[in-house]
Amino acid sequence: MKINIEFSGGLETVFQNIRKYSIDLEAPSDGSPLNIKYLLTYMVDVLMDADSKANGGVGLFLLDGLIRPGVLILINDTDWELEGEEEYLLQEGDIILFASTLHGG
Amino acid sequence: MSGTHANTVPLRMCELCHARKPVLRRPKTLQKLCKPCFYHVFETEIHNTIMEAKLFHRGERVAIGASGGKDSTVLAHVMKTLNERYDYGVEFVLLSIDEGITGYRDDSLETVKRNKEQYSMDLEIVSYSELYGWSMDQIVAQIGNKNNCTYCGVFRRQALDRGSVKLGISHILTGHNADDMAETILMNLLRGDVARLDRCTEIVTDSSDSPVKRSKPFKYTYEKEIVLYAHYKKLDYFSTECTYSPEAFRGTARTLIKNLEAVRPSSIIDIIKSGESFVLLKNQKKYPTPAERQETATTMATASTCQNLAQGAPSAFDPNVTRANRCHTCGYLSMNKICKACILLEGLNAGRAKLELDGGVEPTGQAALTKKLEQLSF
Ligand SMILES: [Zn+2]
Ligand SMILES: [Zn+2]
Ligand SMILES: [Zn+2]
Repeated sequence: MKINIEFSGGLETVFQNIRKYSIDLEAPSDGSPLNIKYLLTYMVDVLMDADSKANGGVGLFLLDGLIRPGVLILINDTDWELEGEEEYLLQEGDIILFASTLHGG
Repeated sequence: MSGTHANTVPLRMCELCHARKPVLRRPKTLQKLCKPCFYHVFETEIHNTIMEAKLFHRGERVAIGASGGKDSTVLAHVMKTLNERYDYGVEFVLLSIDEGITGYRDDSLETVKRNKEQYSMDLEIVSYSELYGWSMDQIVAQIGNKNNCTYCGVFRRQALDRGSVKLGISHILTGHNADDMAETILMNLLRGDVARLDRCTEIVTDSSDSPVKRSKPFKYTYEKEIVLYAHYKKLDYFSTECTYSPEAFRGTARTLIKNLEAVRPSSIIDIIKSGESFVLLKNQKKYPTPAERQETATTMATASTCQNLAQGAPSAFDPNVTRANRCHTCGYLSMNKICKACILLEGLNAGRAKLELDGGVEPTGQAALTKKLEQLSF
């Protein structure tokens, strides 16, 4: 399934400094749902660079396995709070934006 | 449909207009709103805050501290919008500081220059080199990364003041939002800094060591809404904002508040309301009155030669106003004999003299080098 991932607000720095990803996501082998929760794990496992992982990069993105408070997620430009949050089932062609609000400015 | 439900409004519709699909849930009220209704409540709340605090008067010139980041870009956009919609009669000017960070500030200053055109506002850029004789790169090269937050805090604050003074303006708006304010309240509370706790919730800050008053029109505006407003309006802002090793304690307070907010969405506003209710029984500090400040701004503005603090130009900041509350070196308003910036500069200049004796070279780009690491710690 084709999924688009975008970053804004500085989070791309822990994902190899790439702002936009287009990934082909396969259903989890253990039969668990292909949802945002799964996507978060996938992103840390596959997209986050080793350097960032070694320097606390995961902590900027996740807290106790869930998205870190202060990181906004937009699913196809809609606040993920209206779309079921972690449980949202990914659809072909979805654009998932991760915007960090933690940075000043 | 079951007849037990009186609510005939489809749940998927905006809770204000009931006509369009909602795109976000407001953190403050948990209301689900569509884009136009969100813009409307967002802007109207800020207008109400401005009116309640009587923030502006007709004919006033007001500087907007512009970093190119999201908060100040949204601030400039909303001020332009409201000034036109409600006819405040205010002239807004963008004021930017060039700290001198190789490869970083260039991009954000380009953003501010585009903002100048987009919002048809005047733009004034003041550089650290111009003001202090030191760029941030040179400061970092000299002292390393450990304490540069002290420098960026003191220098940045004075830079905005001095920039406004140069423009003959005695009122600056900053993009500090509700999340920032809740953090500051919590930090002051945890540190037992009662004097600051008393002052930090004020929408207009009159500080004893600043010739310029500062206002925060976003005092009640949530960061989430600022980010979404900028995103939906496709505002042109620079998203990797350099914070120069942000204070660790602020980072902790920020995380704490974000976590509180996750279980209790009204936490931020609750903290601000609590902060506002704290009152010092006896406030013995004396702050300059608006009239005094106005006088200072005018007299400081007429002296044009004194932009370089490092060269020390007492006359510029030191005309007819009492000497008691002024820095003896540069004439800037100060509680102490020597202002914080001059004390820091003295240390820096002593170090530079030593470096020159040792035949050291001044590296450039030091600040940029450490940027990646700083971002990792927000
Ligand atoms: Zn609506
Ligand atoms: Zn700093
Ligand atoms: Zn001074």
